[in-house]
Amino acid sequence: MEAGGERMSGLVPHLSLGALGLFGDAFDFIFHQQPAKTGGGLATVGGLDQVGTLAVEQLKVTVLALGLSIAIAFPIGAYLGHRGAGEGMALAIGNAGRAIPELALIAFMAAAIGVGLGNLTMALAVLGIPPILTNTYVGISQVDRNAVEAARGMGMTGGEVIRRVELPLAVPTIMSGVRTATINIVATATIAPLVGVLTLGDFILSRNVYGDEGVLAGAILVALMALALELSLAGIQWLMTSPGLRLGRE
Amino acid sequence: MKNSVRSRLPIAAVAAVALILGLSACGSSDSGTTAEGTGKRIVSNPANGKVTLTIGSKNFTEQIVLGEIYSQGLEAAGYKIKKDLNLGSETVALQALKAGQISGYPEYASTALTSFFGVDPEKVPANAQAAYAQANGDFKKQNLEAFPPTPFASANAVGTLKSTAQKLGLTDISDLKGKSQDLTLYGSPECRQRIDCLLGLQENYGLQFKSFTPVDIALRYEVLDKGQADLSILFTTDAQLAAQKNKYVILNDDKHVFPAGNVLFVTDPSTVSKAGPDYEKTITEVQKGLTIPVMQELDARVDIDKQTPEQVASDYLKEDGFVK
Repeated sequence: MEAGGERMSGLVPHLSLGALGLFGDAFDFIFHQQPAKTGGGLATVGGLDQVGTLAVEQLKVTVLALGLSIAIAFPIGAYLGHRGAGEGMALAIGNAGRAIPELALIAFMAAAIGVGLGNLTMALAVLGIPPILTNTYVGISQVDRNAVEAARGMGMTGGEVIRRVELPLAVPTIMSGVRTATINIVATATIAPLVGVLTLGDFILSRNVYGDEGVLAGAILVALMALALELSLAGIQWLMTSPGLRLGRE
Repeated sequence: MKNSVRSRLPIAAVAAVALILGLSACGSSDSGTTAEGTGKRIVSNPANGKVTLTIGSKNFTEQIVLGEIYSQGLEAAGYKIKKDLNLGSETVALQALKAGQISGYPEYASTALTSFFGVDPEKVPANAQAAYAQANGDFKKQNLEAFPPTPFASANAVGTLKSTAQKLGLTDISDLKGKSQDLTLYGSPECRQRIDCLLGLQENYGLQFKSFTPVDIALRYEVLDKGQADLSILFTTDAQLAAQKNKYVILNDDKHVFPAGNVLFVTDPSTVSKAGPDYEKTITEVQKGLTIPVMQELDARVDIDKQTPEQVASDYLKEDGFVK
């Protein structure tokens, strides 16, 4: 503990002294290995090694699930938005999707196809689909009709209208759906240890092993990861938004 | 582990539905309770009518059934009984007892020693009487008192399908030696870091498994049924073991990795002196029939047959001849 304290002293000075109470203990847990409360001296937990391993897994699960939800929701939303049809369906799926209890879904899928990464990815993707589908549909269908008419007048085909007019104009709306989906997924990926995949949620679920400091550390880490993902996506959104729109919004 | 089991992860309720669907064809057909009339008929003592006892329990099946059995037994002995059978955890139950909100509640000796008195799980005595003596000594230091243990102990166990056990010749956990490296083990996420779970299996039995996969405890039978798990961490009093006697087996814990979880009724000395001798006598008497098969059967009647704990406790007391 002492050695670790010195090593980290520049960043987290003497947090192990408990000056911050449970928060101090939680940061201590993140940076320094300690004996598992239930391990009889045979196992150590916490520390950057375990945090890193679990964080990578959480990120992996999130990216897989997000990728799957984009692959499913984006083409459907874009097609329906472009056609201006199926509004009822797009919105109904979006809203109904939000009402699915994730725990029930994961339990059901575990019963139907067993536990593991595949089941988890599909169950989490169900959380990502509604906001992406709805926002893609709304973003594209609400593009100024005059702009679309002008594009047609210039002789663009349907595909060109989608790619060169509707999508660029809809980027902010679509990306806000992606960001919502990401937060939903990364936060819910904490229950992954219940179906065979160890994510940061392990710290939160196994309080007997990690103690209150471990639970809090897990919550802090998941929140930080959500924040980091949110900021990166905001950056990606800025890069994807056409310069003309950026100016227009200032 | 017991603690984690009983903390009721939210997924449990949901997965239980799926589990029960799978078990729907097999209610608990034959009665596992002891032969008729082994218990002594409880005699109502009018003097006890002046005493009101509040019986507590934690909020899961086995505890509620125990709470009902104690409550109805004490009622038959003439006491006025109130019930508070919905306490969230052992911490909450202990606080309620110390604050005088309840007169007593059933607690597992292993949970008391590890959770209340800081005993390392591997140091919990495997012998029920020794665990009772140690826990009662610690309770007395806190001005509490525990009555002698139930016959059954609720504990973690390594379980498998009967067909797997037969194929591999497994009876004891030791029999896994030389075979475990080809077998998958599933258990709760925290099993990995518990001396009374995976760590103990590795350390005390010298076993290495092909893989350990964390799952919600509600899925512990599911993973065996699906063929994903060769071995799964089960609980000795699980309703499923009673309901499907020919499907699952528990491997004998011959090196005592899983600490004894016999139930002690915990109360306090002032209640004991106020309530008189019938208090302890009734409690130790009504729990005499509670062996592992009986407790499995009673849990199964609630979890699988969907009877109320109240009804199940009442039937137990009648079948064993404690009440008419």
